[in-house]
Amino acid sequence: MSLDWKRWTALLAMGALAACSGAEDNGESPSDGEDDEAAELVRFDLDPYPSTYSPQAGETTIITGATIFDGAGNEIENGDVLIENGRIAAVGQGLEAPEGAVIVNAAGRFITPGVIDIHSHLGDYPSPQVDAHSDGNELTQPNTAEVWAEHSVWPQDPGFARALAGGVTTLHVLPGSGNLFGGRGITLRNVAARTVQDMKFPDAPYTLKMACGENPSRVYGSRGSSPATDMGNMAGYRASWIRAADYRDSWNDHWDDPENNPAPTRDLELDTLMGVLEGEILIQMHCYRADQMAQVIDMSEEFGYQVTTFHHAVEAYKIPDLLAEADICAAVWADWGGFKMEAYDTVRENLALTHSNGACAMIHSDDALGIQRLNQEVAKALSDGRRMGLEISDAEAVSWFTSNPARALGIADETGSIEAGKRADIVIWSAHPFSTYAQADHVYIDGALMYDRANDVQPVSDFDLGQIGEGDD
Amino acid sequence: MKTIIALLAAGTALTSAAAAQDLAILNGRVITNTDQGQISSGGVLIRDGVIVSVGANIDVPDGVDTIDANGGWITPGIFAPFTQLGLIEVALEDTANDASASESEFSVALDVADSFNPNGTYIATSRIEGVTRFAVVPSTGSTVFAGLGALGDSSGDMDSLFDTQSFVFADLSQSGAGSAGGSRSAAWAYLEAAFGDARAYPGRYASGQGDALSRYDAASLVDVVRGRMPLILEVDRAADIRRAIRFAEENAPVQLVIFGAAEAWMVAGELAEAGIPVLMDPMRNLPSSFDALGSTLEAAARLDAAGVRVAYTTQTADGYFNARLLPQHAGNAVTNGVSWETAFRAITLTPAEIYGVGDQYGALAAGYMADVVVWDGDPLEVMSAPTHVIIDGEETEMSSRQTRLRDRYADMDDTTPFGYRR
Repeated sequence: MSLDWKRWTALLAMGALAACSGAEDNGESPSDGEDDEAAELVRFDLDPYPSTYSPQAGETTIITGATIFDGAGNEIENGDVLIENGRIAAVGQGLEAPEGAVIVNAAGRFITPGVIDIHSHLGDYPSPQVDAHSDGNELTQPNTAEVWAEHSVWPQDPGFARALAGGVTTLHVLPGSGNLFGGRGITLRNVAARTVQDMKFPDAPYTLKMACGENPSRVYGSRGSSPATDMGNMAGYRASWIRAADYRDSWNDHWDDPENNPAPTRDLELDTLMGVLEGEILIQMHCYRADQMAQVIDMSEEFGYQVTTFHHAVEAYKIPDLLAEADICAAVWADWGGFKMEAYDTVRENLALTHSNGACAMIHSDDALGIQRLNQEVAKALSDGRRMGLEISDAEAVSWFTSNPARALGIADETGSIEAGKRADIVIWSAHPFSTYAQADHVYIDGALMYDRANDVQPVSDFDLGQIGEGDD
Repeated sequence: MKTIIALLAAGTALTSAAAAQDLAILNGRVITNTDQGQISSGGVLIRDGVIVSVGANIDVPDGVDTIDANGGWITPGIFAPFTQLGLIEVALEDTANDASASESEFSVALDVADSFNPNGTYIATSRIEGVTRFAVVPSTGSTVFAGLGALGDSSGDMDSLFDTQSFVFADLSQSGAGSAGGSRSAAWAYLEAAFGDARAYPGRYASGQGDALSRYDAASLVDVVRGRMPLILEVDRAADIRRAIRFAEENAPVQLVIFGAAEAWMVAGELAEAGIPVLMDPMRNLPSSFDALGSTLEAAARLDAAGVRVAYTTQTADGYFNARLLPQHAGNAVTNGVSWETAFRAITLTPAEIYGVGDQYGALAAGYMADVVVWDGDPLEVMSAPTHVIIDGEETEMSSRQTRLRDRYADMDDTTPFGYRR
């Protein structure tokens, strides 16, 4: 299929312009009441809930004398990082401090890019766990591609601040896994904010959560509806992709020849699936078992879309060749398992083996506690890999919580490594980040010092304010 | 603790004597958990499953097998104080999960020894990460009482429960309040009534029924009421912990242990004064419920500073698959203010003491059972791992179903079909 999405995007840009002018917008095409209705070109806004994130003002800062793991696979001893205008201006040894720059002596300490968690439910399943805030999974039908996780994010989740204390600067919040199509995920900056729009990572692509296996068939099978089995899952996905392809074709026909092809009726679910087929929305798919991942790969070829990442991917180590060939990343835990049958074949070497056998791999948390120490999770995975003889450097393993998730979220041009021009998302660790005893001392987001352990620069959510736990880590 | 003495007398002879030999572990940093402290380079001599000497220069008789620690760390085995090891193989499959029994007619009388499976695969995965002893704790079903717990080792032997009917576990937290009818008031009324039943057992049942418990359940609570068997109560909120302290005072000689304990640091002085120990996870820091708004990474340090006896759990992970992560949890306690020695004791000697077996397990000293782990580095560092695990003086296999799976899929270039690789 042709890249009509790009034309659609262009049309949408027009729509946005129209919105700015205060005239027709949001799918309401101009109608002058004349008799050429068939010529109306229908367009709608792709970004109706735009990011309003604006970085805190940072100062020109030079961090000196640290061991730097740049996230791109390099280790720099006695290295410096220069931050200007919220971006990384330079990284290397012996950098000169610009006049007036804040100088942070990090001798004996360690620097990594800000931690990125590609699998979080912060805000959607916030603390405390209460019925009113159990907003992470629209378990009402197996395809809820129409829901957007950002519309459930409660920005006052105390978990965001705890994650920041663990060095997390960017996180991807996903719907839950009880549906075949769970809905859109959203990539957030980990900043204390009043609204989710103030957290949205500017220009990060949208994602779509899909799920394999036990969860959808358990949820719907127990209600006596489909899917009740693995084969029901596959049939459910495929039926949806067929509808999505028709929908996409109808829109393309309309945009090619509006006079002869009226616009289809707008459908939120199919909007999202169409975005996947056009390569604009990234598939983030919960899938544990090797054989099920292989079937999903076939399905993606059947319908002409790309799976970006398999999440949990407990059995990725069994199929690194298939993943590498299909250019799909695996986002995994270090050592979770046993909670259900599809998690039974967990091995602690999953991440290291998948990586060493040529596939893109990374850590993820799926957990409000795990997100606070992804550095430790990577350390466990790395040491287990080394113990079985795999040769993986510390610097390489740092990419598992930095540049690899950035790549899988489509934001690698902006963050995930310490390279000139990128956003200055940086953690200064008190010790080697693969030590249990290391803590994030300073966390910078876009060059602004958002967390300073020693000087009590630490956000407190509205929920925590005035409670017993206020100010405690 | 009915069987402990008998096992100590007979168990070493019966379960391990056949293979137990003299064994020396040399050339490592020895963590004794005794007044000997750390020995920067030394070893341990084991005879018939029991430690006979520990020191910088131990005499090793001719012909004794030796393990070279190769400069690593030699420590007592990890004692996991709150697990469902041997009860859960696959948590979501009812047929492979015996942790709780919400459909049962019984509560206190449910005995985990009848469910425990020493061949469960997580026994081995825990053992190769250094866990040698553990408490097996039932989970609550439809009442606040979960049942009777036991103490086991990770050898995988059929007799690896070394003490049964060791304690009773009950949930008086917000979830317990739910199962008792909807409030904490209901949960405490039920607990008080159950104690009344056990205190009046068997007389009350000769002519009628108990207020809370059936006759059979009441019989199982008698040892708790009389202070011969600990009662582990799950409570988180500071106010609930104070209520539990009052309960212990009013029901002397009951031996109370607090599990969960999110806000215990707020009443740490009272806990210390009452001599009530705490089982808690030092990594628990989210206000996960309105019971636990005071959760903090500093809780372990605050409890320790107040003199409370604390053992660590993996409550925020799980109790079956990842009880093996206890050293990481203890390491994070160190990161947040607990001394290394205290944190390491909190996963070795302290839990053994809380369960009344601290004179046999949890330390490297003459007379202690020889549960010894050799590590390739600081055991509380996430990058360290055991190289040798000795239980009752016997060196154990360092493999598990997980390492077998790992090895099967390690080499993608091997042309042997995967199903034939063993």
